[in-house]
Amino acid sequence: MNPAPHVEVRNLIVTVPGPDGAPLRIVDDVSFEVARGEVLALIGESGSGKTTIALALMGYGRGGAAISGRIRVGDATLDGGGASLAAQRGRQISYVAQSAAAAFNPARRVIDQVIEPALIHRTASSGDARASAVELFRALGLPSPETIGSRYPHELSGGQLQRLMAAMALITRPDLVIFDEPTTALDVTTQVSVLQAFRRVVRQQGATGVYVSHDLAVVAQMADQILVLNRGRVREHNRTGKLLAAPADDYTQLLIAAAHPHVKAQAAVPAKPEPLLEIAGLHAGYGPIDREGRPTLPVLSDVSLTIMRGAAVGVIGESGSGKSTVARVVAGLLAPVTGTVSLAGEPLAPTVSGRTREQLRRVQIVFQNADVALNPAHSVGDILGRVLRFYHDLRGADAQRRVAELLDLIRLPAAVAERRCDELSGGQKQRVNLARALAANPDLILCDEVTSALDTVVRGAILDLLADLRRDLGVAYMFISHDIATVKALCDEIVVLYKGTTVQSGRRESYDTPPLHPYTDLLIRSVPELRPGWLADETVQAAAPFAHMPESTHLCRLLPRCPLAISGRCDAIAPPLRKTSAGHMLLCHRTEAELIG
Amino acid sequence: MKRGNLARAIRAFPWSGKLGLALVLFWITIALVGRLIAPYPSGAFVSYEVFAGASGKFWFGSDFLGRDVLSRLLVGAQFTVGLSAVAVTIAVALGTGFALTAAVGPRWLDELLSRAMDTLISIPSKIFALVLVAAFGSSILLLTLIVSITYVPGNFRIARSLAVGLARLDYVEVARARGEGRPYIALVEILPNMIRPLFADIGLRFVFIVLLLSGLSFLGLGLQPPDADLGSLVRENVNGLGEGALAILVPALAIASLTVGVNLLIDAATQGKVQ
Ligand SMILES: Nc1ncnc2c1ncn2[C@@H]1O[C@H](COP(=O)(O)OP(=O)(O)OP(=O)(O)O)[C@@H](O)[C@H]1O
Ligand code: SF4
Ligand SMILES: [Mg+2]
Repeated sequence: MNPAPHVEVRNLIVTVPGPDGAPLRIVDDVSFEVARGEVLALIGESGSGKTTIALALMGYGRGGAAISGRIRVGDATLDGGGASLAAQRGRQISYVAQSAAAAFNPARRVIDQVIEPALIHRTASSGDARASAVELFRALGLPSPETIGSRYPHELSGGQLQRLMAAMALITRPDLVIFDEPTTALDVTTQVSVLQAFRRVVRQQGATGVYVSHDLAVVAQMADQILVLNRGRVREHNRTGKLLAAPADDYTQLLIAAAHPHVKAQAAVPAKPEPLLEIAGLHAGYGPIDREGRPTLPVLSDVSLTIMRGAAVGVIGESGSGKSTVARVVAGLLAPVTGTVSLAGEPLAPTVSGRTREQLRRVQIVFQNADVALNPAHSVGDILGRVLRFYHDLRGADAQRRVAELLDLIRLPAAVAERRCDELSGGQKQRVNLARALAANPDLILCDEVTSALDTVVRGAILDLLADLRRDLGVAYMFISHDIATVKALCDEIVVLYKGTTVQSGRRESYDTPPLHPYTDLLIRSVPELRPGWLADETVQAAAPFAHMPESTHLCRLLPRCPLAISGRCDAIAPPLRKTSAGHMLLCHRTEAELIG
Repeated sequence: MKRGNLARAIRAFPWSGKLGLALVLFWITIALVGRLIAPYPSGAFVSYEVFAGASGKFWFGSDFLGRDVLSRLLVGAQFTVGLSAVAVTIAVALGTGFALTAAVGPRWLDELLSRAMDTLISIPSKIFALVLVAAFGSSILLLTLIVSITYVPGNFRIARSLAVGLARLDYVEVARARGEGRPYIALVEILPNMIRPLFADIGLRFVFIVLLLSGLSFLGLGLQPPDADLGSLVRENVNGLGEGALAILVPALAIASLTVGVNLLIDAATQGKVQ
């Protein structure tokens, strides 16, 4: 009764030339099979060989990797038939990679890039491909599916790009879709909808899936079977339910334990009661300013926040909520429309060109994606050295000494200074990225999603490093993230942004118990749980009574999504800012008592 | 370390790439030392026979006035390779310079430069040359300028699209946030990441320039006698075509081997570096 499985891998071994020339096995004797329409998850930490296996399925080995063993996808086998597999890749097999930002050409409209595979493989005419792209945009929950395609990649947020990339992979209606950590860089509410979208589209198209991830909770929602990898070896392989309920292997047990991060107890770092950064009444956006003084694409409306000297303030919100925009305004990369930003009492000029070098030195920005935040043409030493020369006029031996100190501070060996950035691992790059900011001796570092692209273990290490640096150097952070657990681990105060407005702000502890803003509540509940049915349950969350209402800037922005909306109030007037008894601020018509209830 | 990489890259070339490299090195050498090793002065009438065949005295025979083809070829190659190299350098320096300015400068400047280049590119190169030569008379300086200006817009287009893409990357934003000036951003952050694709473009433009120069000379607009580049050699000996004289075949082959060599080399060099 069992038809032949759709994908079959037998004794897969991948070897690469090791550092000493001896062959190194990065995948060691892995076998599995996937039935048509099923999803198999490959799970393991960074370096465990997940991506290597995924790439081997497409007949592709990175950097001189030698693949042996038997791989069959549909009718194509790899032994002897490598060429036929290569011809299939992209049409019958497609790949959704982790970093969508790097996969798009910044100079072309996204729709042209999304439909390109269909045109290359001639599976559809340009018009049909466009139509099905719009369908996919809708299925994937992208805003304004008809027109979003005509934007350029830099005009879209990270989560939007990731979904566009999935659309690109699915446009040819492939048999086998390989998802390589496709939601790692997304925020939770987006992740839930992206996961749901992926699951729906995979089921609709009857495609077989291989899902690569380090996040067990995510995998639990997507996969029918899970294969746990460690250093290229299979540690455990079982149906999802069984594996989670009764993990046999001790490594699997470790992973399950790590899925609920226990934040390392931190010595509270007292912030000096002296304001460092004050943002007041900030409105900002992109595009030309119209006659009423509003930009074509308004993003932030009336954002205010204060960061004390030495404090860590977290900014969370979903993709596109304007978190990065706040950072860009503070850094002087984007001029605000109205509102002020002041540093230690001095108002800052709207853009970099009007600020003094000293002001610039005191605020440093660290970007999300270390892959594109470090210039691949320069060595680590050059990158750090430039900052030292620029702000501190350090040269020669003094600069070298300081570079070594900085590398030591971020716990990398001094020899890294000679290396070019593209030779470093993701975690190392992110450390260098931080070191570049530290080189300026700043008072404030704007950390934009610095841990989002990293896996759990590396993320933990970077968070520890950030906490230590703050304690030792007294530097303040604006820590932008979409992950509330991460933010809670590091920050004293948390600001929740929704569509460019602050909906809740207050001390970390106030986020542990109600009253919570309905959006904050949604955020917290979107963090996947480690049980298979969670994603399905989550879909039956309370319906929003005003889901049909268009979003309006004069009312609560959450109205179309809010299950607690009050008829006659929420759909009529803008919500008031309330101060709760616990001392935090909520932007909502519901009273404290109602939100607790 | 860098040197080792280069050697390894060259060893990894396909045979066609190695052939290209050999041809290019050969022509560079000829351009450098050709004048010194020429057996006769290039303008001297040394043979009583015109369009003579190969002989021990004249390896490639003689031309339509009885001059030594080998000597003229050695000197002509210097003009062709040298002029083309100078012209391509000017074209790329201007094209890429404007492109970087457009990428880091204000938007109106970008618009202005792009429109200006569009205008320039729409003028056919041979007619452009014809008009200028008619107006100012042919000289080496003018020729170099004409040829360089002709190829500025093409390089500008490619370089601008590369630079605009790079200018949006985070590392450029970081530099901007640090307060770096535009020249630093253009030259240190953006330019180094354009070098590889630019090299392919430089090679291609070099080939175009060799062909344009030869074409101009063939039309009589290029170098004026007694100087001669490879194109002029073909033209002046065109009467020998009927008898298959070496005097016309050899310079034609020389142009072909130079351009084919550069092309093969570019193909190999850019393919090996995709990953
Ligand atoms: N340069 C730009 N031009 C036009 N629109 C932009 C530009 N940059 C961002 N946007 C838009 O502004 C909105 C806010 O973007 P922003 O990058 O601040 O969001 P974010 O909260 O950081 O999201 P993410 O978590 O996905 O990084 C989004 O809708 C985005 O599409
Ligand atoms: S104001 Fe109304 S719609 Fe907005 S969050 Fe509160 S209850 Fe929901
Ligand atoms: Mg962002």
